[in-house]
Amino acid sequence: MRRALALLAALALLAPASGCGGDDAGGSAKPRLVVSAGSSMSEALTACGRDHPGATVRLQFAGSDALAAQIRRGVKPDVFAAANTRLPAQLHAEGLLSAPVEFATNKLVLAVPAGSEIGSLGDLAGAGTKVAIGSNSVPIGAYTRETLARLPAAQEHAILANVRSEEPDTKGIVGKLIQGAADAGFVYLSDVEAADRRLTAIELPARLEPEVAYAAGVVEGAHQPDRARAFVEGLHGGPCAAALGEAGFGPPSR
Amino acid sequence: MTFRIALVLALATALVFLTLPVVAIFVDSSPGRLIDSLGEPGALDALWLSLRTTAMALAIILAVGTPAAYLLATRSFRGKALVVTLVELPLVLPPAVAGIALLAALGPAGILGGAIEATGFELALQTAGVVVALTFVASPFYVRQAMAAFAAVDRTLLDASRTLGASEARGFARVMVPAAMPGLAAGAALAFGRALGEFGATLMFAGSFQGVTQTVPLAIYDRFATDFDAALALSAVLVAVSAAILLSVKLVQGSEVLGAAAR
Repeated sequence: MRRALALLAALALLAPASGCGGDDAGGSAKPRLVVSAGSSMSEALTACGRDHPGATVRLQFAGSDALAAQIRRGVKPDVFAAANTRLPAQLHAEGLLSAPVEFATNKLVLAVPAGSEIGSLGDLAGAGTKVAIGSNSVPIGAYTRETLARLPAAQEHAILANVRSEEPDTKGIVGKLIQGAADAGFVYLSDVEAADRRLTAIELPARLEPEVAYAAGVVEGAHQPDRARAFVEGLHGGPCAAALGEAGFGPPSR
Repeated sequence: MTFRIALVLALATALVFLTLPVVAIFVDSSPGRLIDSLGEPGALDALWLSLRTTAMALAIILAVGTPAAYLLATRSFRGKALVVTLVELPLVLPPAVAGIALLAALGPAGILGGAIEATGFELALQTAGVVVALTFVASPFYVRQAMAAFAAVDRTLLDASRTLGASEARGFARVMVPAAMPGLAAGAALAFGRALGEFGATLMFAGSFQGVTQTVPLAIYDRFATDFDAALALSAVLVAVSAAILLSVKLVQGSEVLGAAAR
């Protein structure tokens, strides 16, 4: 009895050490490739990540800014794919990421629940209209502010005054719109496509549209650097490029 | 002997694992920088909002939870076990589930959404929504503890007051509540702590907006990506407040034990 208890305690102590290997023990001998990607890519990358050759792709999605912050704090996924080019460029400059590759573009749109009476930016300034945008630190929030800043100051202020929530990622904005908690929000065209017709996208005038480009790189110190490089290359030529196209993303501009 | 070593090892492991992250909050940044980050208006807004919403949630929990817990503790009826389980359920619900559930019930598109809108009242994306979310997740902490506290009161006290002609309402207010006070206070402190730390349900149901719905946990998450020091500073405040709550619970319970020994 005594020995059994001691053995149990010893096992409990050892468990955390062996725990990290546990995921690979799931029967497949394939190496694991960890990809940190901005929330807006979740549908597209989940679709193509499943049958990635040579590795089991483990995707983790969050606001691109939060993922970059994790990498700065020493978290080492193999690939970092962001909803802008600024964060990968910064990480590259800090020696934390390989030279980033631009692999897709997207469009910032005004999204409203299907059947909404809101038809243009002009309708957002009205009293009582509830607007959801991204928090300042996340790319979708930065693009939104950049766009609104190109409006006449009075209109910009009126719209910002109607902002009721600053969400940490695009999913939060989409959720608030679908649930009717917000009347309108700024998201990517691909988010509206992913929402199965529950949302309507209203395109912004070309002069207001920000340039939304996605870039990815291999994280310095990645466990699978070669496979990570192959994954990044596949983002603009392989099955993931096709999946991104289907999800409403555009091809890279250069 | 081997067993004792195993016990000590287990405790040492638990202690290091549980305290290291908390210690790191204070070690990872200098005290001066922590205080500087707290001076930022957004941080003060978040602290003030957290304090207000938590206090309001606690007031609702005490006002409704105390009589409800009294009823559950002093009566037996068919289906009581089921009622108690339902009341306690939010205790084990993941916060994200609580957020979805609140949206489905009280959100603009939820089952009571139309009725709430008809009254002209708004919950989603409003401070009131934060209070609702906090009340939902924190109330079982109080009700559970209050039930146990009322159940532990010597019923002859209440019976004596009734014999002396006091109504049950009077007996409840003058005898039962004072006698159960240490347990009620401990329950209130736990509910306060849970409400103060609420994150998921608040974000999903009430959103995140500085000064309106962005409580301290949401402000911490918002700063995590851009200003780690500010996130640490707010975290340090929450650690201090939570530790104070836990300590006061221990003191209240300690004095209760001492009081019982003296009787």
